[in-house]
Amino acid sequence: MTPFQIWIAFITIVVREVRRFTRIWPQTLLPPAVTMTLYFVIFGNLIGDRIGPMEGYDYMEFIVPGLIMMSVITSSYANVVSSFFSMKFQRSIEELLVSPTPNWVILTGYLAGGMARGLIVGFVVMLVSLFFTSLDFYSPLLVVTTALLTSLVFSLGGFINAMFATKFDDISIVPTFVLTPLTYLGGVFYSINLLSPFWQGLSMANPILYMVNAFRYGVLGASDVAPFYAIGMLVIFAVALFSLSLWLLDRGKGIRQ
Amino acid sequence: MTDALHIKDLRKTFPGGLEALKGIDLRVEAGDFFALLGPNGAGKSTTLGVLASLVRKTSGQVSVFDADLDKDPARLKTYLGVVPQEFNFNQFEKVGDIVRTQAGYYGMPLKQAARNAERYLRELGLWDKRNSPARMLSGGMKRRLLIARALVHEPRVLILDEPTAGVDIELRRSMWAFMERINREGVTIILTTHYLEEAEALCRNIAIIDQGRILQNLPKDELLRQLSMEHFILDVRDDPGTLPSLEGFECTRNDEGALMLEVQKGASLNDAFRQLSEQGFDIVSMRNRSNRLEELFMSMVGRNLPEQNGEVVE
Repeated sequence: MTPFQIWIAFITIVVREVRRFTRIWPQTLLPPAVTMTLYFVIFGNLIGDRIGPMEGYDYMEFIVPGLIMMSVITSSYANVVSSFFSMKFQRSIEELLVSPTPNWVILTGYLAGGMARGLIVGFVVMLVSLFFTSLDFYSPLLVVTTALLTSLVFSLGGFINAMFATKFDDISIVPTFVLTPLTYLGGVFYSINLLSPFWQGLSMANPILYMVNAFRYGVLGASDVAPFYAIGMLVIFAVALFSLSLWLLDRGKGIRQ
Repeated sequence: MTDALHIKDLRKTFPGGLEALKGIDLRVEAGDFFALLGPNGAGKSTTLGVLASLVRKTSGQVSVFDADLDKDPARLKTYLGVVPQEFNFNQFEKVGDIVRTQAGYYGMPLKQAARNAERYLRELGLWDKRNSPARMLSGGMKRRLLIARALVHEPRVLILDEPTAGVDIELRRSMWAFMERINREGVTIILTTHYLEEAEALCRNIAIIDQGRILQNLPKDELLRQLSMEHFILDVRDDPGTLPSLEGFECTRNDEGALMLEVQKGASLNDAFRQLSEQGFDIVSMRNRSNRLEELFMSMVGRNLPEQNGEVVE
C-alpha cells in the first residue's frame, strides 16, 4: 500500500470507531457525565465542605483533576476493549484481516478511537466541573500531554485485554477488579501525604497515581509526585504496551488460526 | 494462460495435531470459474482460509497472479475478494457503511469507495437498504451484502465459500447469473459449494478434495466423462410395489418407494424397458436421480452421504 492508501485505511478505522461510540452516546458519553456530576455534588459540595482544604486547595478543586483523569482512563479502556472484542466475537475483524491494511495501522486506528472517546469524555467532565469550580490551568501543555498519554496507555490496555478475551466476562474482569480499585486508590480523592509511610510506599507502586498527579500538577501546580517522572513512566508504559499489542496482533492471538 | 492462483504442496496442521491439508497442489487460470468440491472437513475452507490470510499455513507456497503470500501478502490481498460462509459483518452497522468501510481498508479514496459501493449495492438489489442496519436484512440479502463487500475494491479473484448456502432457488439462480456476469467481465471465480448442481452449472474446472488431498483436478466435461453409472427414477402407472428382476440392470426402490434403475454407461435403455414391460411395469416417465456431478463426487469421496433435495449434507 502507498502511504496515501495507508492513511485512508487509518482514517477509515478511526471514523468507524468514532461513529460507533457516537451512535451509542447514551451508553458511552452520557453516563460518565452523569456519574461525575454526582461525584461533584456529593463529594465536592456536600461532603467536601466538611472535609476542608486538601494540600492547600478546596476539596472540590483537589478532586476535579482526578475525576477528569478517571473518566479518561475508564472511557479509553472501555472503548477499545468492547469494540475490538465485539469485532472478534462477531468475526467482523476478518474484514480487516483479509485487507492489506498493515497490523500497525489496525492497532493505531483502534488506539486513536479509544483516545478520541477518552478525551471527549474527559472534556465533557471538565465542562461539567466548571459548574462547580473554576479551573486555572497551571501548565496547559502538561495537562494535554498527560491526558493524551494516559488515554493512549489505557487504550493499549483495553486492546491487550480484548486480544486475550474469549468471552464477554473476560472484558469486565480487568475493569472491575483491577482498574477501578487502582483508580480509587490512585489519589483521586486524597493526597497520599495523608497516609502512613507504609501505605504511601505501596501507593507509589500504583501507576494511576502518577497519571492523576501529573494531571493535577498541570491544573493546580501541586502534586504528590514529580510530574516529569510521571510523564517518563507513562512513555515507558506506552512503548512497552504498544510493542506487546503489535506482537499479539502479528501472532494473530485469538483472531487467526 | 496466466495463473490466477498457484498453490504448491500446501500443508496445514492445527495445534493439537489435526492435519487439515496434506500437500495441496492447485492451479487456477486467470478468468476461470473454478469449483473446489468436497465433503465437510475435507479441507476446502482451510484452503480458502489460507488464501484469505485467516489461516496460517504450516508449509507450502501460495501465489495469486504475481504476488506471493510470504513475500508480498499485502499485494496478494488486494487481488482477492473474499465471501465467507458465515455472516461476519457488524450486525449493527448500516449496509452502506459496511461496504464503503471495506473499500477504505483497501486504501480506496472516499469518492471512489462511494461510487463502487453504490454500483454493487444496486447490482445486488441492496441499494434501497443502504441505510438499514445489517441485522434488519433477510438471510438472502445478507449473503448478497457479503458479495458486494467483497467486490467493492474490484478484486481480480473472487473467492466464495458456500455462496448460496441457505438461499431459495430463485435467489440462487439470480446470484448465479450475477457471478457469471462478473466472470465474463474478467474476474476469476473460485467457489466451494455443497450444491453440486451449482458447480455443474457454473464452473469450467473442478477440483475434488477429500481428507486434505486433491483427488481430481480436471475440466468439468472431462470429469463428467468419467462417470460410469447413471441412476434413473421411474414413474410407474399402477405400480405393483414389487421389485422387478432385470438381467443386466440393478433395480431398487428409494426412500419414497419409487423405482430406481441403475444403468451402466453405454447400456441400452430399450433392453431395460422391454424387460420391465414384460414383467408388467408400465413406465410413464423417468428422471435422473440426481445431477451427474453428484454421482461422480459420491464415487470419488467414497462416503455414504445422504441426499436431500439435491443437496449433499452430513
